[in-house]
Amino acid sequence: MAESGPVLEMRGITKRYPGVLANDSIDLDLRTGEIHALLGENGAGKSTLMNILYGLAVPDAGSILIDGQPVDILGPHDAIDRGICMVHQHFMLVPVLTVAENILLGEETMANPVFLDRNEARRRIVALGRQFGFEIDPDARIETLSVGWQQRVEILKALYRKARILVLDEPTAVLTPQETEEIFAVLRRLAADGHSIVFISHKLYEVLEIADRITVIRRGKVVGQRIPTETNEEDLAELMVGRNVQLTVDRGEAHPADVVLAVSGLRAKDDRGREVVRGIDLEIRAGETLGIAGVAGNGQDELVEALTGLRKPSAGTVTMGGHDVTGWGPRQLYEAGLAHVPGDRHRWAMIMSFPLEDNLVLTSYYRPPFARGPARQDRAVDAWASDLIARFDIRTPSATAITDTLSGGNQQKAVVAREFSSEPRMLVLDQPTRGLDVGSIEFIHNRAIEMRDAGAAILLVSAELDEVLELSDRIAVMYRGELVATLDGRTANKEEVGLLMATGGRDPEARGAVS
Amino acid sequence: MTETADRPPAPFWRRGRLGSIFAIAAVPVASVFLALVVAALIILASSIITTGSIDWALPFVAYAALLQGSLGSESAILNTILQAAPLVLGGLAVGIGFKAGLFNIGGFGQFILAATAAAGVGAALATAPAPIAITLALAAGMAAGAAWGWIPGALKAWSGAHEVVTTIMLNSIAGALIGFLILGPLLAPGFSFGRTGDLGNSKLPIILGDNIHLGILFAVAAVPAVWWLLFRSTLGFEIRSVGANPSAARYAGMRPKFLTMLTMSLSGLLFGIAGSTEILGVSHYMIPSYGTAIGFDAIAVALLGRSHPFGIAAAALLFGALRAGAGLMQVLAGIPVEIVDVIQAIILLFLAADVVVRHLFRIRAAGGIADLKTVTSSYAGRAR
Repeated sequence: MAESGPVLEMRGITKRYPGVLANDSIDLDLRTGEIHALLGENGAGKSTLMNILYGLAVPDAGSILIDGQPVDILGPHDAIDRGICMVHQHFMLVPVLTVAENILLGEETMANPVFLDRNEARRRIVALGRQFGFEIDPDARIETLSVGWQQRVEILKALYRKARILVLDEPTAVLTPQETEEIFAVLRRLAADGHSIVFISHKLYEVLEIADRITVIRRGKVVGQRIPTETNEEDLAELMVGRNVQLTVDRGEAHPADVVLAVSGLRAKDDRGREVVRGIDLEIRAGETLGIAGVAGNGQDELVEALTGLRKPSAGTVTMGGHDVTGWGPRQLYEAGLAHVPGDRHRWAMIMSFPLEDNLVLTSYYRPPFARGPARQDRAVDAWASDLIARFDIRTPSATAITDTLSGGNQQKAVVAREFSSEPRMLVLDQPTRGLDVGSIEFIHNRAIEMRDAGAAILLVSAELDEVLELSDRIAVMYRGELVATLDGRTANKEEVGLLMATGGRDPEARGAVS
Repeated sequence: MTETADRPPAPFWRRGRLGSIFAIAAVPVASVFLALVVAALIILASSIITTGSIDWALPFVAYAALLQGSLGSESAILNTILQAAPLVLGGLAVGIGFKAGLFNIGGFGQFILAATAAAGVGAALATAPAPIAITLALAAGMAAGAAWGWIPGALKAWSGAHEVVTTIMLNSIAGALIGFLILGPLLAPGFSFGRTGDLGNSKLPIILGDNIHLGILFAVAAVPAVWWLLFRSTLGFEIRSVGANPSAARYAGMRPKFLTMLTMSLSGLLFGIAGSTEILGVSHYMIPSYGTAIGFDAIAVALLGRSHPFGIAAAALLFGALRAGAGLMQVLAGIPVEIVDVIQAIILLFLAADVVVRHLFRIRAAGGIADLKTVTSSYAGRAR
């Protein structure tokens, strides 16, 4: 880390939106070659601040200085010209175009006035990649790349535009732990090369690992600044949330009762027709949580879909409460007492363009009291929605606010509220806290344990190993479509499960593996 | 979020219930205004061609005549209503499809097939008591329209065939089919050209003025009925859910395939009502070469009305007024009636280019026009 004057200073930035003071005289400075983490809960004002930096929003007060010179940033183009580039959480890439074509978009290198100079572009892209430690194929189509590589393309796009200041908005939200490590290595090389990086996150351990300095924002204000070596997760969590946060959940002993869900020999194919669930056997009893750990893409999605009626199993049987429910659809399973918090909120769990209250009755809209005959009962829906909003602490301007305008954490709370409140005897939780802040995670975890203690059987699938370890009474490890091991949730440790996840227990030294 | 901003409050038309109507209606209203301005320029340009000099008064003369012909007298108003009625029904038909994420371009086929069925049954029952004759003739027309809408719905549900392609093909098939029917089993003897027989008692009675027939009531009733269906019934919730996010609809236990078939049938049914009331109330017989632009005009109405039943009613009345007044405009200002088609097309252009309209009128983004997404994504193809 080079010690010199700040390359970027934001002074007294204030931004109001109707009803909200999104930024309240925020000061932020970024030194050359520094990785500066901006930590805060969803809705704390991190994105607003960065939108101001990127020229997407105009501050009501405050100034921005680059290399000590005050500047007005008029828009993204202007920001890019000044060497500021943003890597968004949702990538702005065209899936059907190649890496090189995506990088060239908007910054076309011309061989002559008509044609692009693709060869020169390709050469520069490969060279840039090498400089920061990865080999990239400029002719690969974006849709064939993993999420981790797509992110590298976004970063390359910024470097190609000669960015000096890189803003990464929640870059790890969509990455696996391995991909996160790889992207961290890239970021460190960038910083060493003299690039300055703003790293937006709400994941505490990541911030501690990667940042040189950490600025914490809460409700639009800077509430503290820390150096990783002089702080810890508890301290940061308290700063961020404004109260003492339990990072680990207290959970009592499980009291498993009758078997609720029994699965035997379940097989299912993915959308391309490959068998990715290969003979799953499992049992979950009332009052216990079975966690499924596994690296993403080992058939978990298809397993969950097969169990929740969204995908027809190709073989095997599923019974719930003793009844054969194999091949039942979502409505039948819901009626039989199954609730499902899907992993992909945008695809399955919500209709983003609908009012929040409609999403709160998305699975129960057809039953009394929400329907009488063919007619929808708005008053009952309103009352129910208000009740859930209060009970699950969903932060929304009103029950009729369009769901899309809520933060991700509040959207997820709404899904959890809907599914938990249906009084299920079987609860399937797929990535229930992905992308959420610590406050929301704590809340959802506590509710899940309440559900278990109230006698629900819970199947938890999560890519966050910590989450599986924290909530599960038993842990099954899924590897290439099979459950390769089942461990006691109280005694299992991270290393043990991690090794099973990575190798499927084929490594003779992995303990606890059952064939 | 306890902090309240002390910025000036929004103007009254942007607040509360009025605000939400403003958000929806601002762009369509602005588009109509801009289209009238552009059409006025075209009229000015035409005056150069026809008279050799610019007649600055001509657009005003033309629009005054248009207004007089559509709203200037009782008969003008009734004519506007008569013109608007099929557009209301067609607009609702296309709009309900948009809500379900379906683009029904098959209005033409559904309309003429329903008209033929109603004309055939009506002629067969020409001597039956009027209530029975009318009811059965209308029922035949509705059934024909609904069936012709169901086919593309079923093809989409079972095979994934896109409704844009199948409805266009079914338009051609319907044209050939009515030719066969009218020149075959439904041919009335004793005429010098192919047509269906006299309706007799099956004619819809005139209830107002010289030409407002009973069928108008269907258009009047359809607006609140479709509104109730879409926004106050559980079925409408399912239709809108499938349109907005088919995956989430399936997760919620709805049946997207059934809903696709049902919505296309409803859409066909509405075009069927339009077709049969038009025949039983206005034309009184059907010919093989029956021409109508209703299938496409209805798309314009649905887009301008933003697929909302009340918006559609307003848009249909506007287009109905343009058509009702066009004749007088041609007489008084010498502007061909086709300028109405030009205005309609320019309105659509501005709706499609809503970014331009927003910029010109400083209308803050109030959510793009979702229906246009259905239209444009139709060809990009949502892979299933």
